[in-house]
Parts: sequence; C-alpha cells; structure tokens
Amino acid sequence: MKSYIVQLAAARLLPVTLILSMLVFYRGHNDPGGGFIGGLMASAGFIFYAMAFDTREAEKKLRVSPLMLIVAGLSFAFISTLPSLFAGNPFFTGEWVSLSIPLLGKLKLGTPLLFDFGVYLTVWGVIVTIIFNVMEE
Amino acid sequence: MILPALPILIPLLTIIFLLFNFQRREWQPWIGLTGAMLQLVVSVLLALRVKSQGILVLNTGNWEAPFGITLVVDAFSSIMLVLAGIIAVSVSIYSIDAIDRQRQSFFYFPMVHGLLMGVNGAFVTGDIFNLYVWFEVMLTASFVLITLGGEKKQLNGAIKYVSINLVSSLFFLAGIGLLYGKTGTLNMADLALKLSLADNNVLMNTSAVLFFVAFSIKAAVFPFFFWLPASYHTPPVAITALFAGLLTKVGVYAMIRFYTLFFVQDKLFWHPLFLWIGGFTMVIGVLTAASQYDIRKILSFHIISQIGYMIMGLGIFTVAGIAGAIFYMAHNIIAKTNTFLVAGLINRVTGSYDLKKIGGLYKIRPWLSILFIIPAFGLAGIPPLSGFFGKLILISAGFNAGEYVISFIALAVGLFTLFSMVKIWNEAFWKPRPEGLSPYEGENENLPVSMVIPVVILGLITLTMGLAVKPILEIAMNAAGQLLDPKIYIQAVMGS
Repeated sequence: MKSYIVQLAAARLLPVTLILSMLVFYRGHNDPGGGFIGGLMASAGFIFYAMAFDTREAEKKLRVSPLMLIVAGLSFAFISTLPSLFAGNPFFTGEWVSLSIPLLGKLKLGTPLLFDFGVYLTVWGVIVTIIFNVMEE
Repeated sequence: MILPALPILIPLLTIIFLLFNFQRREWQPWIGLTGAMLQLVVSVLLALRVKSQGILVLNTGNWEAPFGITLVVDAFSSIMLVLAGIIAVSVSIYSIDAIDRQRQSFFYFPMVHGLLMGVNGAFVTGDIFNLYVWFEVMLTASFVLITLGGEKKQLNGAIKYVSINLVSSLFFLAGIGLLYGKTGTLNMADLALKLSLADNNVLMNTSAVLFFVAFSIKAAVFPFFFWLPASYHTPPVAITALFAGLLTKVGVYAMIRFYTLFFVQDKLFWHPLFLWIGGFTMVIGVLTAASQYDIRKILSFHIISQIGYMIMGLGIFTVAGIAGAIFYMAHNIIAKTNTFLVAGLINRVTGSYDLKKIGGLYKIRPWLSILFIIPAFGLAGIPPLSGFFGKLILISAGFNAGEYVISFIALAVGLFTLFSMVKIWNEAFWKPRPEGLSPYEGENENLPVSMVIPVVILGLITLTMGLAVKPILEIAMNAAGQLLDPKIYIQAVMGS
C-alpha cells in the first residue's frame, strides 16, 4: 500500500526527526535524553520512511549502510576513552573542555558526549538493521 | 594504568575492525586471529604484572571504589584470562578452515570476539552488576553463535539454551537486586567488607541461593545441567569447542569468586551442599555419557561431570582444595576444547560423529589417534597428563580435609571417564570399519594444517601441564591463597 500523503509526510518528517534526535541527544547529559533515546528517534524517522516507501528507498536515503553506523558508533565510543589516557587520569575518566562560541554561548564538550554520540550511532544502526531485516521478510 | 581494561578493549577493537572489513570475507579470519593473539599477549603481561605487583585495581572513570565500576585483576582472574586467551587463539586458528564461508561472512568472527569480550569482562570486573552485564554480553554473542547458520537442529538446541539461560539471568538479577537492597553496594570488595561486619547474615542467604541457582545453570551443575547436552552438539564443532572451554567455566569462576569473597559466613550450610552437588554432578554426567554414541554428546556430558570436580574443590574449601579446583579448571579448559577440536577432525575425515558409523581410523590416520589420546586420556586422568594431577590434588585435598565420601566418588568417576574415553578410542580408532559402508568422504584428503595446529598446541600444553606440575601448582596455590584471604582483595580495592 503506497499512499502519497504518507510518503510526503515521511519525506518531510525525516529531517525534523533527525534534528530533534540530535537535540535530545545533546541535552542528554544533565537532562532527560541522551544517545540511546536520540538513536531511537533517528531510527524512527527512517523506519517511517521505509514504511511509506520501502526499505530499499530508505537505505538509499540513509546513504551509508547501517553496519557502518554501528562501526562508527563503536569507534566513537572507543575513541572517547583515549583522552583520559593522555591526560594521565584513570581509564574512562570524563575529560571536559569549555568553548565559548558567539551566539550559542558556552558549549561544554567532553568525552562523555563523544561516548554518547557513539551510543547514538550504534543504536541507530542496530535498530535500523533489525527493523529493515524484519520488514524485508 | 589501562592494563586491566585491555582484555575488554582488545576484543572491542577487533570487532570494530572486523565489522569495518565486513565485505572482505577473506580478511575476517586473519583480523580475528590477530585480535585473539593480542588478547593472549595482554593476558600474559597482566598475569606477570599481577605476579610481581599483587592485585591490580583500576577505578574506571576516576570514581572511587565503592561508587564507580572497579576492574580488579587478582591471581585467579589473571589465570582465567590467560586460559581464555589460549582458547581464543586456538579456536581462531581452527576456524579459518573449519567454519564455512557462509558463516564466516555472517558475523562469525565478530560474534566470537563479542563472546570473548564478555568472558574477559566477567573475569576482570569487581562489581556484581557489571558482572551481570558481561554475562549478558557473553550470552547474547553465544545466542547468535549457536543459531548461526540456522539449521533445524541448531534452532532446536538453541531454544533450550536461550530459554534456560534467560531464566538464569533472571535469578542472577534478582539476587543482585536483593543484595543491593540490603547492603546498598554493588562493589564486590565493599560487599565483602559490609557482610563481614553485619550480624544478621542469615538474611543474605536468600540472595546467596539465587546466585547459586544462577551460576549453577550457567555452569551446568546438577540438577540444572540438562540444557547443555541438549544444545552443545548442534552448532559447528569450533563453536562447541569455544563454548565448552569457556562458558561453563565462567559460571564456575563466578561461583568461586562469590563464595570465597563474600558469602563466607554460613560455611556449615554451603560447603556440604557444594560437596553433595559436586558429587551428584560428577556421577550423573559420567553415567549419562556412558550411554551415548555421538562423540560430541559423550564429550558434552563429560563437561558436566568435570564441572563437578571444580565444585568439589570449592566445597573442600582449603587452600589445596581451591588450588585443585583452579588447576583442574585450567586443565579442563585446555583438554576439553582440544577433544572437541579433535572430534571436528574425526568428522572431517569420516563425515560423521556417530561412533557406530565410523571405525578403523587408526589404520588410515595414526597421527590423529595420538592427537586424540593426549587430551582424552588427560581428561580421564592417566599419568603423566594434566588431568591426573588435577584429580590427585583434589582427591588428596579431600582426604586431608576429612571428606572421604566425595574423594572416593571422585576416584570412581575417574574410572568411568576412562571408560568413556576408551570407548571413543575403541569405536572410532581401533575397531575395524563397519562393513557395508561407503568410503569416508575425506579419506584421501589431507587435513587442513590450520585445523591441526591448534590441536597440537593444546596437546602440548596438556603434556606440559602434566610434566611441569610444580610451577603451575604453585601459581594455583598462590591464587587460592589470595582467594581464601578476602582481606587482601578488600584492601587492594578499598584501601586500608
């Protein structure tokens, strides 16, 4: 069943869900949110897209294969452990830097954010892989 | 100080590389093998470091001991890590040719390393909830491995395996919840400290029983062993060998850790229970094995029987007893994996695991029979192989502690084990080939070198463990001494 209305909605909603998922991901450290939820939201956008069109279209829209998302996610999580070593702190210590950026104000960046971004990508990749596989059955 | 985290990080890195090169199937085994070798090297380094500096502690994330997740490597953990490394390398080499293309290109190697990550994580962690997480990592990977390929009998075995293991996780989690509710801590050292100071330790028995059931299921101890022979013979033999070597032993490891470190208050109840359970496990495993005719099933039942010896060592609860259990575990991990790998070789030559359909292997493959004899007679406990000394240490520890019944049972079970091994030997190698059968599939082919090398390596280790008992026993004694004196562990983690 292909509905033009649903297809139009899915195509318009996709960027919105992605931006929202990034917001939810970013506020995650101190507020509700975070990489896991963000990843789920991002995959929700693509799942809706796949339901409106089909999984192949959605995979094309995703550009990279979901597997590479997982790889990238795991790599980010791994990389986030390295700064603590260079700083001479115990393994996995959260290292933070504060940047002041005009307009945005103070931006706090740190390895937990990087780790969480790894979670975001991994969850995104895993969920999309699972759901696409199930939909193709 | 990243060393204690490396046994977890190396498999993770290997997985990343494996997934990144997912399309290049021919690279997969080599990346996997490199990762496994690195892991072995790191484990040996860790073991040497532990030997020279004592217990290594890493507070991850710079959170002080009872609050953050602590990684702790003591002598016992480091021994287990080295063994896991050895198994990782040998199974990786064996898998190059033993695992078919299709499985290799469907995440076989990433899953093997996922399993290893879970196993290593369970060995290094000093936090009971983290231990649960590593158990789950290990189980999830093993669920994929046992169903990989999706043959009908595999799925049949996997359903039993998955469901019973989920139940065991539930017990584990419930135990953690209760313990956390009562003590307010998850750190093993802190728990040990709090439980040693508390007066009403009877309350702890609820969670102790929950943990006991959970670990018993994982370790396939009587009466929770039935899932193991129902599932272990279904996947390809390299996967079974990996499972046989490591999975049940992680259960035993956790049991030894818990019941030497913090559930030590109620000795009068637990130690006789361990001895009984150990005795039953040995006897039931070995008797049911005697009635089987599939090589893999015989070996699977023997896993159970030999877990009994380790539990017996825990029940004796003297330095010699625990050291015996550790030595036996080391011997068993090596020899058991090896027998499964040899079973894979037999299958490669004859195309069958059924003892009734094969025979006369000694005539066409004399070397194979020697490769089989070393681990098999090692398991049975023939001197001078490692199993003999493992049993000797355990049984003499039993006699010294005045536990005569279990010691006699252990002796008798050794005889039955010999019977089963001699049965495989007689049926597969010695008896003439059954009449009226077509020639074996692989009779004229040479066995792939990559499948023979790990068998030879593991066989040599079994021999060396038998010939160099003294230094190895010293290592085990040292680990047992550390285990039986929880103060050392507590002090290392919590400070003074």
